[in-house]
Amino acid sequence: MKGTIVAISGVTVTVAIDGLKLYDRVRVGERRLVGEVVRLEPGRAIVQVYEEARGLAVGEPVESGGKPLSVQLGPGLLGTMFDGLQRPLQVLYDQAGAFIGSGYEPPALAAETRWPFTPLRQVGDQLEAGEAVGYVEEGAFRHVIPTPAAGTLERIEAGEFGVDDVIAHLDSGIDIHLAHHWPVRQQRPSRQKLAPKRPLVTGQRCLDFLFPMVKGGAAIFPGGFGTGKTVLEQSIAKYADVDIVVYVGCGERGNEMAEMLDEFVDLEDPYRGGRLLERTIVLANTSNMPVAAREASIYTAIAMAEYYRDMGYDVLLLADSISRWAEALREISSSLEEMPGEEGYPTYLGSRLSAFLERAGVVETADGRTGSLSMVLAVSPPGGDFTEPVTQCCLRVSGAFYMLDAELAHSRHFPAINWSQSYSLYERVTGPAFDAEIDENWSRLRERCRKILQQDGELREVAEIVGQEGLQDEDQLVLLVAENLRQRLLCQNAYSEDAFCPPEKTLSICRQIIDDFDAITARLEAGEALNIVLAEGDHALE
Amino acid sequence: MRLSEHSYRTVSCIRGPLLFVENVIAARIGEVVRIEGPEGLVLDGEVLRIENDTVLIQVFGETRGLDIDRTRIVFSDSIKQVPVSEECLGRIFDGSFRPLDGDPPFYATKTEPVVSRAINPVARARPEQFIETGIAAIDALNTLVKGQKLPIFSCAGLPSKELAADILRHSGLLGSKSFAVVFVALGLTSREYTYYLETIESLHKPFVAIVNLADRPVVERLLAPRVGLTIAEYLAFEKGLDVLVLVSDMVNYCDALREVSTAREELPGRRGYPGYMYSDLASLYERAGRIKGREGSVTMLPVVTMPEDDITHPIPDLTGYITEGQIVLSRELYARGIYPPIDVLPSLSRLMQQGIGAGQTRDDHRRVADRLYRNYARGREVRKLEAIVGRDGLPEKEVGLLDFSSAFERQFIHQGEQRRSVVESLDVGLRLLDELKGDSDAPSDPDQPDSA
Repeated sequence: MKGTIVAISGVTVTVAIDGLKLYDRVRVGERRLVGEVVRLEPGRAIVQVYEEARGLAVGEPVESGGKPLSVQLGPGLLGTMFDGLQRPLQVLYDQAGAFIGSGYEPPALAAETRWPFTPLRQVGDQLEAGEAVGYVEEGAFRHVIPTPAAGTLERIEAGEFGVDDVIAHLDSGIDIHLAHHWPVRQQRPSRQKLAPKRPLVTGQRCLDFLFPMVKGGAAIFPGGFGTGKTVLEQSIAKYADVDIVVYVGCGERGNEMAEMLDEFVDLEDPYRGGRLLERTIVLANTSNMPVAAREASIYTAIAMAEYYRDMGYDVLLLADSISRWAEALREISSSLEEMPGEEGYPTYLGSRLSAFLERAGVVETADGRTGSLSMVLAVSPPGGDFTEPVTQCCLRVSGAFYMLDAELAHSRHFPAINWSQSYSLYERVTGPAFDAEIDENWSRLRERCRKILQQDGELREVAEIVGQEGLQDEDQLVLLVAENLRQRLLCQNAYSEDAFCPPEKTLSICRQIIDDFDAITARLEAGEALNIVLAEGDHALE
Repeated sequence: MRLSEHSYRTVSCIRGPLLFVENVIAARIGEVVRIEGPEGLVLDGEVLRIENDTVLIQVFGETRGLDIDRTRIVFSDSIKQVPVSEECLGRIFDGSFRPLDGDPPFYATKTEPVVSRAINPVARARPEQFIETGIAAIDALNTLVKGQKLPIFSCAGLPSKELAADILRHSGLLGSKSFAVVFVALGLTSREYTYYLETIESLHKPFVAIVNLADRPVVERLLAPRVGLTIAEYLAFEKGLDVLVLVSDMVNYCDALREVSTAREELPGRRGYPGYMYSDLASLYERAGRIKGREGSVTMLPVVTMPEDDITHPIPDLTGYITEGQIVLSRELYARGIYPPIDVLPSLSRLMQQGIGAGQTRDDHRRVADRLYRNYARGREVRKLEAIVGRDGLPEKEVGLLDFSSAFERQFIHQGEQRRSVVESLDVGLRLLDELKGDSDAPSDPDQPDSA
């Protein structure tokens, strides 16, 4: 289908064309920029251009194959860095140089790479759509290749194949390629959703112990600038006990992405050896890259995440930050002259966000495997004000809320997670799991710890009036113990050996502090004075 | 397709800095136009929006004196380019890159589009070389590195321009041969401008100044930083210079953005600023950086005067989300005669970790910085308490913190106009820490990693 440009406003282009469907991919202008149909009118399509549109002229041609914007799914995604439209940045760099040019369209997966394919099924087998026909080894992972449609296998062979090669053939006339394309905005199907049961260990003491995450859960952490969102996000990307990590740098800093890449090449995967990058897919759509592609980037990311989930892996999607995605949505909406809702965001912000977050979960895949997709999303509320629409919309659908506190960050308490405001709805699931797997005292100690921190908050208010000396010994002890919990348990330096803390160690730190607390409390009850007991040094409190 | 310039006399409407022209064939979005008004008035403009054959043009300059009947619009068929050359060093230009210093135009080596394409994240080299600014509060506690963008958040009436000038004067980059300053003045008063210019000229180092003073057209204010950054990128990535881009004041830029956005009848966002301000600011700030395999770097020091001293105002807020930290000035410190009045608690350099330690500054840098920071933060807490219970009501340990924080402000942060090397700064810090009795954070084992 062909048409011509009749109007241009920023990156929104009106095209005189017929026969397109909503969300079809189009090529705009002589430079063949990537665009997507966002609205249809009689004889006209409104197209969102995903690349720098400057220089585009009225009258230039527009072309479409009538296919939706899609991602390529197949072996070779791991360890690669893409932009929001799934263009491999390294290839783009080789082709276009240090600055991102427009009109380039390298395939996501290198066609030349050969993958040794091993069939799992035989000729004559009946297949359901989504069932595995065979696999290739992608680094440490067994990468199963699904059939796109149901049918009887007519031909399948072992051997070395490239991503575009046919590895099998169905009687319905369908070829099965090593890689396939999937519409960006379409959710990948699964048989059913299962209840999340297993904890997701992040290696961050504060999260694992107080506000646990679960495999298949969705967590958000809002925080103003300088509260350590990105450091926390990257720490989780490094140490989370999942198989695959998909990291989306959505409208954030270019230098951070460069730094992260450098680090991930050097760091070791703490769970299965090898480089950390080999279990990671990175999407970078930095703040100065085209805004419209930023909107598409989280969908590109989740399509890849669901693809690996469908192989039965535990996948973690991290986005930094979802607010930038929402802002891109707002920009697109306002260029389409839609009626604005709260703070200028379109009124469908809430439903889009809910639909996105709802894609997290544990599923039984089309193939009968169990896979999970977890999400941890950073939110950047303007002015650090959590009453703004994006934070509020996320809160409604996420299961854990980690509030990053500017006060804590200013006192260099990192991760700056506010322990009185944050919550996790997954505790009920993870508590028994940690009790069974780590230590039977996990939940009990956790409750003790929370109680002390809560008492501490109340006592500090009193202490501000009467002074610390004016408190009773028991209360002073609570303040001291809480200080120890804060410094030794909740604080964690992301730049040292301490960056990753296994749950066993988390528990032992807490147990030591609580044991000291109990021992000293017993002596206070026996009538001894706090300063004398502390001076004896028969404890590890600092 | 058009092959060359063509012109129209079909202006249908003039509104503030915007012009509507009708019956235009094949205009390009972002295309540069020349506007020839009556009585020899010539202005530049850019195509903002095209609807069939009606074109909306944004005029860079004062539209007063234009009319509907006689104004001629010449379409150039190209997007806005900046002529670049090393010859522009030592020169002063206006926001549209016309010489202001009376010297003739220079010969351009090439032209570069004024709106840069983004640096591919895989092409970025991570910023990691320490830049000594000679300011203790920055070098020791909020270290600046090459390729970083670190704004100065100031309040009206605080000496932000003096601090920026000190950084230029004392900057360790000065030792290197390959150093240049690009100075972009946005909506400055001529008094402020003169101060900056004197400083820059006194450096005897190559500089380029792009000047849009307070009485110049606002639309040009949107162009000026892009022109400056295009030159900076050329000097850095093609000529191998370490370029420090000083932009003052970003608030004027954002206000110009709001003014033009309102004229375009766009939906206003927070405080009337357009919803795309984050992306727009990012398109400037993100041009700082280093590129793998190339010499040179672009380091940015934007000055942001926070309206109403409010750090949550959209301008400092969005800036802080994009930049790699911030240097925050405090009215309270300034009132007490501390100069530079940098409040280190809300200040931050995100890239500090890459610029410090053995080989760059000193191996104990992180440890000293953390101890200083933590004790000062506690001292400030105690100061609040002191206001309630009085100094006599405080335990001895807290009195010590109180004294430490005052000494820290007077001796560490305060340095007047003197340059202080990072080693001297760290030594001053260590001395203050030694005087502080019972510092619970003093590591017993020096090899033990401190927490950040």
